[in-house]
Amino acid sequence: MAVDQEENEMTTAETVAADPALSGARTRSERGSRALGSDFETVGEVRVGDPRMTCTDVNVYYGDKHAIKHVSLDIAQNQVVAMIGPSGCGKSTFLRCLNRMNDTIDICRVTGEIKLDDQDIYDKRLDVVPLRAQVGMVFQKPNPFPKSIYDNIAYGPRIHGLASNRTELDEIVENSLTKAGLWEEVKDRLDQPGTGLSGGQQQRLCIARTIAVEPEVILMDEPCSALDPIATAKVEELIDELRANYTIAIVTHSMQQAARVSQRTAYFHLGNLVEVGETTQIFTNPRHKLTEDYITGRFG
Amino acid sequence: MTDQKDRHKRTIDIVNASLKRRYARERRFKAMGLGAVILGLLFVSALFFDIFSKGYTAFVQTHIELEVYFDPAVIDPDGKRDLEEISRADFRKIARAPLVKLFPEVTGRRDKLALYSILSSGAPYQLLNMVKDDVAVIGQTLTIDLIADDDVDMLVKGHIDRHLPAADRRVNDTMIDWIDRLEQLGLVKKKFNTRFFTNGDSREPELAGIGGAAAGSFYTLLVTLALSFPIGVGAALYLEEFAPKNRWTDLIEVNINNLAAVPSIVFGLLGLAMFINLFGLPRSAPLVGGLVLTLMTLPTIIIASRAALKSVPPSIREAALGVGASKMQTVFHHVLPLAMPGMLTGTIIGMAQALGETAPLLMIGMVAFIVDIPGGPLDPSTVLPVQVYLWADSPERAFVERTSAAIIMLLLFLIAMNTFAVIMRRRFERRW
Repeated sequence: MAVDQEENEMTTAETVAADPALSGARTRSERGSRALGSDFETVGEVRVGDPRMTCTDVNVYYGDKHAIKHVSLDIAQNQVVAMIGPSGCGKSTFLRCLNRMNDTIDICRVTGEIKLDDQDIYDKRLDVVPLRAQVGMVFQKPNPFPKSIYDNIAYGPRIHGLASNRTELDEIVENSLTKAGLWEEVKDRLDQPGTGLSGGQQQRLCIARTIAVEPEVILMDEPCSALDPIATAKVEELIDELRANYTIAIVTHSMQQAARVSQRTAYFHLGNLVEVGETTQIFTNPRHKLTEDYITGRFG
Repeated sequence: MTDQKDRHKRTIDIVNASLKRRYARERRFKAMGLGAVILGLLFVSALFFDIFSKGYTAFVQTHIELEVYFDPAVIDPDGKRDLEEISRADFRKIARAPLVKLFPEVTGRRDKLALYSILSSGAPYQLLNMVKDDVAVIGQTLTIDLIADDDVDMLVKGHIDRHLPAADRRVNDTMIDWIDRLEQLGLVKKKFNTRFFTNGDSREPELAGIGGAAAGSFYTLLVTLALSFPIGVGAALYLEEFAPKNRWTDLIEVNINNLAAVPSIVFGLLGLAMFINLFGLPRSAPLVGGLVLTLMTLPTIIIASRAALKSVPPSIREAALGVGASKMQTVFHHVLPLAMPGMLTGTIIGMAQALGETAPLLMIGMVAFIVDIPGGPLDPSTVLPVQVYLWADSPERAFVERTSAAIIMLLLFLIAMNTFAVIMRRRFERRW
């Protein structure tokens, strides 16, 4: 059992402290985090039967700071995997490794192996442009281009040459907007600037922009943090629909959201992947103390 | 409960007590800001008032209306209507004849010469040009407004005080008498001074114009713009978007900021040594002037462009990279268009600076006295600020108003350029 293994690695004192009967929540979480050494092993099954992306022993350093520590995780085909954890735990950093978005940060260094369909994406010979076309990303803050709604969607297909003529491009734009549930709202004003839409619409526009290039994996970095509950509900609904055709990894601060949209959940803490498992299991029966403390709202 | 109430009361008392002081501080700060703005406006308006009050008279020029007889015997004695032959004819005689007719009492040789000096030395050329335009005028008698001499011009405009003792003024009593008589006859006219805009420089103030200098400035700025904008924007793009951040790029940055503060005369010396002595480019040419001013404006443009690039939100770059745009596509499709208004503003400010620059151009010989209007960037020429400098140095009273008028034109160009910069910024400014 994973739990047993982990507890064997703890010192006796920590084993005692980790017992909920013996100490308060705060003490336990502090002890717990201290126990997360570099030889820490994730609780739960990191591997899945049909992985789309496979991460093995991933480390990320920002200068001297060790931001992600020995994380291994699979992202399964046509599933939504949610990454949760307190601020600064490295979940966004990890997500950004998956399409090499961290390359834009000079001091960032990544080690380990991340594979997309058996292709190491950190291979020196790999071109990031097709990688990012395969692994799309939706960001925390809606960031439409200051161009028309049409051009926002058409930009990706245009630079990749996905449409050979205007009709095809129109089709891609309509399909993407329809999939993102935005078509009915904007079909009469495609020539108006994307920045003029409401926050929720902008985020759905960004999702439409991402799926317009037909990626295989979509990474979402807290896509609803700037949205109101109604807009959030729409985006969540959309994520659920997209699951049929795409593989999705989502970082979220809202545990309810993770519970609603994901099939698997990974809990990060101070750069470690503490626990990973079926979402229902994580939320009803967490195996690690830190996970339990976090999802029950005792810290974080 | 009461304890808490008391504490609330105390807090609000303390807040209220300090309120007055806070607002007083705010008012003082506002008053100081307003004072600074008013002071600045006062100085600017004083400058503008001084220049305009001195310079506006240069936009009109005194002319003398005379009945000119284009005497075929003088202009074209053999009647061949050959323009080259005609050019050599003595048009002074033609111009002077009507004056003699008006003042028959003037007989002495000296007095006659004094009388003739009512007209500018440019008046005969005025007549020659009329004949050149249309030879049919030969033999006719036409009423023509001939340019008056600068001293007459000054007298008519009231710049020469008639009540001064005769020895202290440039115009003697006889001349004043003649002018008064001409004025009584209604022959003295002030007309809009088109020559001021079309002519090149001249020793005679009434013939001097800013046309040559303006053309020189135009070619110089053209060269400057054509070189400094692409180079500056390119350098800024490379440094901001592509260059690795290391000691070398830091060094380059320090050097660029340094260059912005180097005295412009140093750039002039560099231009003289490099472009003229080493590369053998022609002296006094707008091409060399433009090259020197390019060196001078590059730091301004690079610094402004880098600031503009920095102000593009990183979320836009991420968005573009996220859909799989390459670095190059991200920069050219998204970052550059968003930074362009800032870059253009920086460029226009740099251009305005270049337009007003004098010192480096003195070093490369653009300070020469050049009558011809330059036809291209390789012709010798001068520029507006240097023209101002040249005229300000001239002793003739009439050059004072021309200097001011040239400054007015320069200011107008600057205002136009800066207004354009503001409009461009407004037009292309986008929100995100």
